[in-house]
Amino acid sequence: MREEVIVRVGAKVLAPFIITFGLYVHFHGDYSPGGGFQAGVILAAAIALLALVYGLDAVQRVVTPRFVRACAALGVIIFAGVGVVTMILGHNYLGYNALAHDPKHGQHYGILGVELGVLVTVFGVMVSVFYLFAGRRGRTQ
Amino acid sequence: MLLTLLAAAGLALLKVRNLFAVVMLAGIYSLLSAGLFTVMDAVDVAFTEAAVGAGISTVLFLGALALCGHHENKPGHTPLLPLVVVLLTGGALVWGTMDMPGFGDPANPIHHHVADHYLEESYSEIGIPNVVTSVLASYRGYDTMGETTVVFAAAVGVMILLAGRLGRRPRPEGKGGSG
Amino acid sequence: MSLDLLVSHYNYWVVIFLMMVGFYILISRGNLIKKIVGLNVFQTSVFMLYISMSKVSAGTPPILVDPYGEADVLFSNPLPHVLILTAIVVGIATTSVGLALAVRIKEAYGTIEEDEINAIEARTEATG
Repeated sequence: MREEVIVRVGAKVLAPFIITFGLYVHFHGDYSPGGGFQAGVILAAAIALLALVYGLDAVQRVVTPRFVRACAALGVIIFAGVGVVTMILGHNYLGYNALAHDPKHGQHYGILGVELGVLVTVFGVMVSVFYLFAGRRGRTQ
Repeated sequence: MLLTLLAAAGLALLKVRNLFAVVMLAGIYSLLSAGLFTVMDAVDVAFTEAAVGAGISTVLFLGALALCGHHENKPGHTPLLPLVVVLLTGGALVWGTMDMPGFGDPANPIHHHVADHYLEESYSEIGIPNVVTSVLASYRGYDTMGETTVVFAAAVGVMILLAGRLGRRPRPEGKGGSG
Repeated sequence: MSLDLLVSHYNYWVVIFLMMVGFYILISRGNLIKKIVGLNVFQTSVFMLYISMSKVSAGTPPILVDPYGEADVLFSNPLPHVLILTAIVVGIATTSVGLALAVRIKEAYGTIEEDEINAIEARTEATG
């Protein structure tokens, strides 16, 4: 698809908006539909769009496979880490009330942290799976 | 009505033998079901279904088709036995629904176990308006953590399967997959 | 009575119909990718069953517009939404594992048709 001008320009224009929308969905998930799962998938879709239009190699130079693999693991660590932090602060595992003096603020921080973990994992997993499927093409045919 | 459209899309999926068309129809099916989820008040679910079903999963299926070829052979054996099995199972399930409470009745038992607590108390306990998020991340935090781990484990499985022996890439990043 | 039953159970029955379409694709088609598509249809129909059960007539999405509940607003049940939300993402992850298996089978056998794979297996067993 490298010669299609409209597709290339369209993708270039759309991608930043998709990424911004993904982050909006993540951080506004407390007030409206959205959250880590959706945001991770939307960000991964932006990467997939760019990779389909500009080729896998160009995208992999920016978002390296190593980075997305690390993301997939890091998200689980963030999620579990929030639980460990609340335990260190003397509450139950994942008991967010420990994170601030006001339990509501604590819940808020805890949810944001946990959703961040979900976002990072889902993004990493989806993009690395996509890379694996797309990157195998050259070798089998 | 959306449900009837969905049934039509499902039947088309059954008939079509070109796998590219099947994947596109599956995308349409996902989008229709996302519309149905919106109608049934599950906006978060609709959002996820639209992004996952119509977005990522279509791309993954196309990637797999590019590797596997997109023609499906005619089914070799007679479809009679599967049909009988399916009809029997379907009949049993329909029989089972006779005992189910009617669609959309607020008095259904499902709405009076923990849902009342989530809807009435979650704002004073958690302090965020989207009940789905507060149940997802706080009341059922363990659940979500397990699911995140499952997603991660699935990715590890795909890496083991696809980045193995054949997958020794010319680029240096491929080295992580050989282990 | 029977019309009442039809109206109140129409959702469930269409869901069961879709479930059976997915099941039929799964057990009657030999192509592995088609089987995975059938599995996806089956999965989505289960999601629809859950969401059907969570719906309350004349309810609204479970986002508190009036947080302290003074106004009398009817919300749909949020719990099935949470379960299905995570199930969708887990579903795509497991689907990708299935597709990866199909790709490896294609590389090992040169085909993803079940009967051809069985024939190859039978031949190698007979000769080896």
